[in-house]
Amino acid sequence: MAPEGSGNQFELEAVPGDELIAPGHTLESVTEKISSIVLKPGISKGWLAGFAGAFALFILLNVAIYYLMAFGVGIWGINIPIAWAFAITNFVWWIGIGHAGTLISAFLLLLHQKWRNSVNRFAEAMTIFAVACAGLFPLLHMGRPWLFYWLLPYPNPMWLWPQFRSPLVWDVFAVSTYLTVSLIFWYVGLIPDFATLRDRAKNKATKIIYGFFSLGWRGASRHWFRYEMCSLLLAGLATPLVLSVHTVVSFDFTIAIVPGWHSTIFPPYFVAGAIYSGFAMVLSLAIPIRKFYKLEDFVTIRHLDIMAKVMLATGWIVAYSYITETFMAFYSANPFERFMMMNRMTGPYAIVYWVLITCNLLIPQALWSRKVRTSPGWLFFVAIVVNVGMWLERFVIIVVSLQREYLPSKWDMYYPTRWDWAVLAGSLGLFFTLFYLFIRYLPMISIVEVRSLAYETNKELASKT
Amino acid sequence: MSSDSNPKYPNSVDLDAARANLAQSEGKRLWQSLDELSETQEYHKFLEHEFPNDTAKEPEAAGINRRDALKLMAASAAMAGLSACTKMPLEKIVPYVKPPEEIIPGKALFYATSMSLGGVATGVLVESHMGRPTKIEGNPEHPGSLGGTSAQTQASILNLYDPDRSQTVLFLGRIDTWSGFVAAIANIRTQLGTKGEGLRVLTETVTSPTLGAQMKNLLTQYPEAKWHQYEPCGRDNERDGARMAFGKPVNAVYHFDKADVVVSLDSDFLNSGPGHVRYARDFAGRRGLEGPQPTLNRLYVAESMPTGTGAVADHRRPIRATEVETLAQQLAAAVGAGGGKAANSNVPADWTSAVARDLTSHRGSSIVIAGEGQPAEVHALAHAMNSALGNFGKTVTFTDALEADPVNQTDSLRELVGELNAGKVGILLIIGANPVYNAPADLDFKTAITKAELRIHSGLYTDETAQYCHWHVPATHYLESWSDARGYDGTIGIVQPLIAPLYDSHSVHEIIAALSGVQDKSDHDILRDYWKSQRPEKDKAFEDFWEVTLHDGVMAGTALPGISVSAKADFASQSASRQTADPNALEIVFRPDPSVGDGRFANNGWLQEVPKPITRLAWDNAAMVSPKTAQKLGVSRGDYVKIELSGRETKAGTWIVPGHADDSITLHLGYGRWLAGKIGSGPGFNAYPLRTTAAPWQATGVRISKTGNDYSFASVQHQYPIDRDHQETEQESTEAFRRDLVRIATLDEFRKNPDFAKSPEEEATAGLSLYPGFKYNGYAWGMAIDLNKCVGCNACVVACQSENNIAVVGKDQVERGRSMHWIRIDTYFRGDLETPEMYFEPLPCMQCENAPCEYVCPVGATTHSPEGLNEMTYNRCVGTRYCSNNCPYKVRRFNFYLFSDWTTKSLYGLRNPNVTVRSRGVMEKCTYCVQRINAAKIRSEEENRSVHDGEIVTACQGACPANAIVFGNINDPNSRVAKLKAQSRDYRLLTELNTRPRTSYLARVQNPNPEIRES
Repeated sequence: MAPEGSGNQFELEAVPGDELIAPGHTLESVTEKISSIVLKPGISKGWLAGFAGAFALFILLNVAIYYLMAFGVGIWGINIPIAWAFAITNFVWWIGIGHAGTLISAFLLLLHQKWRNSVNRFAEAMTIFAVACAGLFPLLHMGRPWLFYWLLPYPNPMWLWPQFRSPLVWDVFAVSTYLTVSLIFWYVGLIPDFATLRDRAKNKATKIIYGFFSLGWRGASRHWFRYEMCSLLLAGLATPLVLSVHTVVSFDFTIAIVPGWHSTIFPPYFVAGAIYSGFAMVLSLAIPIRKFYKLEDFVTIRHLDIMAKVMLATGWIVAYSYITETFMAFYSANPFERFMMMNRMTGPYAIVYWVLITCNLLIPQALWSRKVRTSPGWLFFVAIVVNVGMWLERFVIIVVSLQREYLPSKWDMYYPTRWDWAVLAGSLGLFFTLFYLFIRYLPMISIVEVRSLAYETNKELASKT
Repeated sequence: MSSDSNPKYPNSVDLDAARANLAQSEGKRLWQSLDELSETQEYHKFLEHEFPNDTAKEPEAAGINRRDALKLMAASAAMAGLSACTKMPLEKIVPYVKPPEEIIPGKALFYATSMSLGGVATGVLVESHMGRPTKIEGNPEHPGSLGGTSAQTQASILNLYDPDRSQTVLFLGRIDTWSGFVAAIANIRTQLGTKGEGLRVLTETVTSPTLGAQMKNLLTQYPEAKWHQYEPCGRDNERDGARMAFGKPVNAVYHFDKADVVVSLDSDFLNSGPGHVRYARDFAGRRGLEGPQPTLNRLYVAESMPTGTGAVADHRRPIRATEVETLAQQLAAAVGAGGGKAANSNVPADWTSAVARDLTSHRGSSIVIAGEGQPAEVHALAHAMNSALGNFGKTVTFTDALEADPVNQTDSLRELVGELNAGKVGILLIIGANPVYNAPADLDFKTAITKAELRIHSGLYTDETAQYCHWHVPATHYLESWSDARGYDGTIGIVQPLIAPLYDSHSVHEIIAALSGVQDKSDHDILRDYWKSQRPEKDKAFEDFWEVTLHDGVMAGTALPGISVSAKADFASQSASRQTADPNALEIVFRPDPSVGDGRFANNGWLQEVPKPITRLAWDNAAMVSPKTAQKLGVSRGDYVKIELSGRETKAGTWIVPGHADDSITLHLGYGRWLAGKIGSGPGFNAYPLRTTAAPWQATGVRISKTGNDYSFASVQHQYPIDRDHQETEQESTEAFRRDLVRIATLDEFRKNPDFAKSPEEEATAGLSLYPGFKYNGYAWGMAIDLNKCVGCNACVVACQSENNIAVVGKDQVERGRSMHWIRIDTYFRGDLETPEMYFEPLPCMQCENAPCEYVCPVGATTHSPEGLNEMTYNRCVGTRYCSNNCPYKVRRFNFYLFSDWTTKSLYGLRNPNVTVRSRGVMEKCTYCVQRINAAKIRSEEENRSVHDGEIVTACQGACPANAIVFGNINDPNSRVAKLKAQSRDYRLLTELNTRPRTSYLARVQNPNPEIRES
């Protein structure tokens, strides 16, 4: 498994009683517990209800997309000056959510954070599904989406290339690279678990399917060696991407001259915000899952506590960015920046701004309390609040900045239409549809990595006694 | 079969046989070769052996072989088909071997014609592509235009192609024919006998000499017949005022180019009424501030509802329309033009006396002009003042009336209704007028009309009146017909068709001719014969005269000669004794709508969609009130209210207009139509039910009550639905001034500091960049817009729409902020809500040299041209809209839906073939009319020269009546645009962004009277 190192000391010094894996688990019990969720025949009612709900929203997304293709982006509330609204807000939000998975699996792998082992699988899945949702929006928001490939540098007889000065072209590369690397990383991590499932499956078809995806894994030491090396290399590749993707996404705004967009603080601010919302989403998913699938042994309170701390830290980076942004608007003496900030705080969308501040700045301060961090219910509430807050943050940046720009004669308002809401809800539908399929058909916790965690924990316990 | 026996293609042709065959055949026979005609044996053989080397001929079999079976089947099929056929007539087609002279595909031709509004003609030049008129320009030869146009003139071409136009003759609602109608007329003539008893003809204002003569002829034929005229926004008060002052209905012509001081008594002379295009040109000519000792004229306006004229005034006094008469009396007394008495008035006395002093110190170079909405007394007082100020013959001249029969139209209609109700009308012929919709409410025309035995209607649409008529004859659009009409000074403009009538339409001349017993005479012949009989030129000389007239569009030297008049002495005192209205009673004011006029343009999408001056409302009229009155009445913006006036009522949405007179409601006419067409039926509120013959323009005693409902308006500016109504307007305007978007000075300030529009900071940082600038070696296109000249008339907006195939999006989309105009007229207010100053700022694309739109486009659909244009490649656009977000001026427009009408066939002809019709999902924007630039460049390159200054005229520039927009090559220091940009008033918008706009503005300089201190 992951290389040994002194980094592990951090966890070991944690408060006793807060384990990364509940005591008493053997390698066998770990495998049994996780793989049984997948291999258990039949479909549970709870899963079916959840899936049906998600799938209904997914159908709504399809209807919305059909309607969009048939009539055009006019079905949304956008206008001139507010030519971007929900679609781009959703895009940035989903991309942000997609940050936690790779951060957990790659970044923390390199930093030898053992606790990541039991959450990285579904965090990664979440990343991929979130990026898939995100990737939908740049396509949908185009006036003529069927010409999306004009943004790709492909050889053509007219020698037409994308316009490389445009951040939208950078986006194409950044997001597609991120999706590719995340997908490979996720899949590589799944290979040994596929093999486990193959070996434990009783049904022939299941055996064949999992066997196909396990790429002939036999657990030979050569396999393990290559597997680990590959994971490490991919982690090395993916780690800079965690920083780069949202940096590039933030360029969409910073490169423009719109007051409220044109700011040098955006790259770090966006990355921190992305991790913030990503962890919030991981928590929003992990807390119900560990309860419903009785995985409290693997996703322990300790995990929740650590992730809450990450949220608190990144939340403060975001808060610091808000403060800096506000300060700079006034310190710069730029009348347009000042006006933009005043408009955010007191303009027609002031309520959105203050809800955002409440969600992202005020309520998460509850995480200073250990009681909140260790209470799944409260933590779930805070995580949802942060998810909402981060969505509103993007809305405020995009819509409220455009709403009252340079020429007062072209100030306007944006009111979302039912199709705006349909696409937002539908993207959640797509996400949860994929996620429900994932928790049913793939091991949502890495068996291999938790086994190694159990092994080490048991070894430690043995050495202590 | 051996190959030898196969006949070869015959070499010999018997020409004599061919001729003989041709002579035998009936009619003109189609033939393809001489062989066919000569019918030689060889040729027949050749035909039989179509495939001469076909050796695989099937063996003869008993009975019917396969080929014969097929032949029989084919024959029977053909016979079956024949039974349903009629023989096609023999028609000659002419190959395009020798193209018609002058028509070169792709090259536009221009023809001069005239467009009449209220009977008065403005000369226009119409661009024609392959026989389709596509664009209207002003006719520089016509004194009423001098090249400028109005928004309505620009939009009139859309009416030609309007799919809702009536297309066939209708009898009792069923399709009939022109010949059927002519037969019916012949029948009528027999019934009419010799006296023509019971025949009544109702027309709108007629200035056409030809039609006048035809009517005269008709009335001579039928002495008992009568001719009535009615137009809801005619010139009754003006004529009556002239009658009152001079004893006859003379026509006043104003010379604003010679006037230093102008006082407008509720007259929107820059935007409406006869000659307003010319007046705007003359007036703006005095606002240019060119030369070493720049001077300005001074304009005072007293009006209730702010108009474009009020907005450009140096002093605008909001005053209730019913009080203007009091003001006129006071002013007349002060300039010594009559014994007015100083009635109490809301206008401070020092204002009136200051204006009077200004007038008296400009004897012979001032104008007092009264608006049509004011009663005859005010017009008479204005004449008296001009007379007392010695303006007659200098700034105001008079001619005989323009109209063929200058009657009081209200009286005329009243008489008609009286006779209708008395059952004296047998045949009512209504030409052009729409009295069922727009007659004064007290006449109840709708009931009266049914009393006529036979009702005939001729008009462009099957409108409200057509529904009440037995016969409907589609009228020709002015671009389809021959006619003539007088301009504001009497100059005769020729109306010549640009296109044959699209439908079964006939002009008024043909209908009157038919009624007079002249059949089958086209309007062309009627017109030509009339002028042949009138002109001194004969034969060849007439032909030359006619050709020159058609070419120029105007008959040279036909302006009515000036006549000298002297004001009668007694009317001023008469007027003074009139009881004036209670100065505090709530009044309602009716005025023609700035866009759709009296309602005739209601079905014109361009005019509906263009935001009206000041209010920036599209697609609706509204009950306009001042902020204070709104508070007093307890109404806020968008309240749907019931308006009651002496027992009649109508409902309307309210709109709050800063600068509107207090205790006054303005409701524009022209809306609330129910049979205008797909576009015009529905929008807005009908004001006609409140309008009576006694008070056609304003009335007191109006009551307003809330219905509790709201009405949603589409306004393109300050459209925030916030309870505190004016706060948003204020904030927009305050921000605009804080951002230095509109730069203003008084004449004194300008003289002291000519560089007031420049900021030292801007000058110091202008052009600073890390990178070397792009070099423009050839042309560098630029534009200068003089804010001091713009009168906010919207002509540029509609002209741009016409030139660039810009789509109409509808009220719902305008409300959503998706209107497509490439140039917009931003309007800002300064000062308090009661008497704000108003500023227009026409805003096309700035064509930035450092364009923020260009670098963000991911596909390179918007690029920089070597001449400095920001070009838009529609085909390449994928619609990310990033360019629009990054445009600080927000001049880009996006096709959120398929806004262009790709399906209505009749609109195909309207489109400018040189501009792409945009599809859904594509960004579009102003290109400085790049198609015109390229056309001029191609022409100049053919002639091996460079483009002359002034050779390229953008659509907005060409349409502008005030010459406020100038376009050209800024690399040429002698070009007009370069000279304007070199003026000290020149400034650019948002220079701190370093976008380096190519469009710059000349700051507004006002000339307030130092004696008057506005609050």
